[in-house]
Amino acid sequence: MDDAMHAGTTTISGHGGAEVEAYLARPVGGAPRGGVVVIHHLPGYDAASKEIVRTFAAHGHAAICPNLFSREGAGVGPDDQAAAARAKGGVPDEQLVGDVAAAAAHLNSLDHANGKVGVIGFCSGGRQSFLAACSLDLDAAVDCYGAFVVEAPPADAPLKVAPLLSRAPDLSCPLLGLFGAEDRFPAPDEVAALDAELTRLGKEHEFHSYPGAGHAFFAVDRPSYRPEAAVDGWKKILAFYGRHLSA
Amino acid sequence: MCTYATHKVELDGAAKGASGWFTLTDGAVYVDHPQHAAREHTLNIDFTNPADGPSARAAVELTEEAALALVEAIQKALASAPPGLAARGGEPAERG
Repeated sequence: MDDAMHAGTTTISGHGGAEVEAYLARPVGGAPRGGVVVIHHLPGYDAASKEIVRTFAAHGHAAICPNLFSREGAGVGPDDQAAAARAKGGVPDEQLVGDVAAAAAHLNSLDHANGKVGVIGFCSGGRQSFLAACSLDLDAAVDCYGAFVVEAPPADAPLKVAPLLSRAPDLSCPLLGLFGAEDRFPAPDEVAALDAELTRLGKEHEFHSYPGAGHAFFAVDRPSYRPEAAVDGWKKILAFYGRHLSA
Repeated sequence: MCTYATHKVELDGAAKGASGWFTLTDGAVYVDHPQHAAREHTLNIDFTNPADGPSARAAVELTEEAALALVEAIQKALASAPPGLAARGGEPAERG
């Protein structure tokens, strides 16, 4: 298996022309490949998010994770950036879409890009993955336990985000949804409501809910990690991108 | 879950963060996933001064038991000092 890769930090011109730090990994080989934009979780642009980027490169994709909290300042720790962004109510939806669009364009500008780009997000990034797929012309989207797609957040929650269900008719690509049956945000009925609406609209989607798993079951550095769900989930993600991001 | 009630509080004092001491102006208290503590959820407190940038932050992540014990210890410490000793203007603060 040819799994050699280049990986490291780069800079892209994000929403509004802002300089956005991003972690990019891509195979060394010259085979044509699709790209994956990784949307990190609310705790920020951390080591685990970069590992996810490298996992895609090890499986033949070019992948990039923009630091959505870059605007909190250069030279600031990613956890401090995350706390500052959280205190401001999170990243505005418009800015997220702009940053993902810039990341996707960057992937398409690289050598050996086949022009296909998928998006994946975890936790708050799951909702943002769905948002990006309803706002941009993409080829595949993965939503890992994104809450507040169907339901509005509790009134006292720090995130200033609105539900996205009304955007579902604009979904531009197939959607893979991976959820924990024990999760409360999104709760199983919220997942079921999204599933039903996408079916009603005739939107291609594939949802899996794992028993015994709650929120953040992919997070290998947290107690929420559930190996069985995560291992099967990774298989499904790679198969899904294999189908939809090949030329 | 990734989001929960965040209680913001104006603070007056100082804290020591990764880049040294800074004047404290703000605090945020919330229950959420920790950055570092090996728990699914913790009670988190950010002591900050937004005007000095995001690095002006001292963060703690506590279990519920530890957080409640801290609250009790703070109240005991204040109760054992003469009223007003640590107050901003030297006058006792209203204690709820």
